[in-house]
Amino acid sequence: MKNLLLFLCFTGFFSASSQEVIRLKELQQRMASPQQTLVINFWATWCGPCLKEIPYFETLSAKNKNVKVLLVSMDYDLDPNPEKVKKFVARKKIHSPVLILAEDNPSSWIDKIDKDWTGALPATLLINPNGKRKLVQGELHEGDLEKLVNEINQ
Amino acid sequence: MKPLIVLLIVSLMGFSFTEKKGYEVGDTATDFKLKNTDGKMVSLADYQTAKGFIIIFDCNTCPVSKAYNSRIIELSKKYTPLNFPVILINPNSPELAEGESFDAMVKHAKEKKYDFPYLYDETQETVRQFGATNTPHVFVLNKTSNGMKVAYIGAIDDNTRNAAKAKNHFVEDAVNSLLAGKEITITRTKAVGCSVKIKNV
Repeated sequence: MKNLLLFLCFTGFFSASSQEVIRLKELQQRMASPQQTLVINFWATWCGPCLKEIPYFETLSAKNKNVKVLLVSMDYDLDPNPEKVKKFVARKKIHSPVLILAEDNPSSWIDKIDKDWTGALPATLLINPNGKRKLVQGELHEGDLEKLVNEINQ
Repeated sequence: MKPLIVLLIVSLMGFSFTEKKGYEVGDTATDFKLKNTDGKMVSLADYQTAKGFIIIFDCNTCPVSKAYNSRIIELSKKYTPLNFPVILINPNSPELAEGESFDAMVKHAKEKKYDFPYLYDETQETVRQFGATNTPHVFVLNKTSNGMKVAYIGAIDDNTRNAAKAKNHFVEDAVNSLLAGKEITITRTKAVGCSVKIKNV
């Protein structure tokens, strides 16, 4: 057991996730025709309800290998320096990949992510390999994500 | 055939009722009566000489709201004398959002030296009517002979972190156009903001 733990530590299993600063185009590319069900959560370090629901996304990606979770940080709007997000991700030991969206003037691109999205945080967008989409605005609670994933793939 | 048409109309009406989520540009806004931080009740009807209003759904704690505090004060300074007063409404349920109680609003208004109303939407009826989803969320109203028309919905400008770097001043442009009797170029915008905390009833 001890050896296994050492091995996992060594391979980076317990280290925090990757954090990438991206532009809208790259996010759109990732959203287009996903291989597995994409669960994209739009959050920010300053958003209380967002932080409460992040563990549910972590659990989902750990339990369901058919699902790809992406945590898209919207912190750039208030703070263009990605360090705060990176430190937060390291401190909270977040495993899901974190993308930091670096784009000005949200009014020009919120609709390009989803027309129904008001821009309020948190928001979660599910896209399955068939292109089926489901947007949920507001805080999610325990069990909600599993239900949403089942619903979209029915 | 006739019953089919009636059925179709009824179902379409039903659809529009259930789908309706607040105002769209061009809608007529209904007046409200809400408690201000000074304890007095405020309605749009109180402003006899107003040409319109800058209604902003806002709150005490949201970092995006905080970033816009001084810009809101500036809007009021500029447009209240031009008969386009600013009215802030806090739509959050204090049960769901920490720091959003009426007492906290009173404290916030004093700290920021607000000389315009900061209203408490206790029943959340007004936010449901308007359909504000995040803070700050602006509705510019234009007083016409046909009632209070919604002229603009959205963000204050296009740069949350730096007022000086904003390229588009959406609310100012909208109000300036109304004052000049011109058509508003951009009537609908969006912003990243804190979600309004509405209780499920």
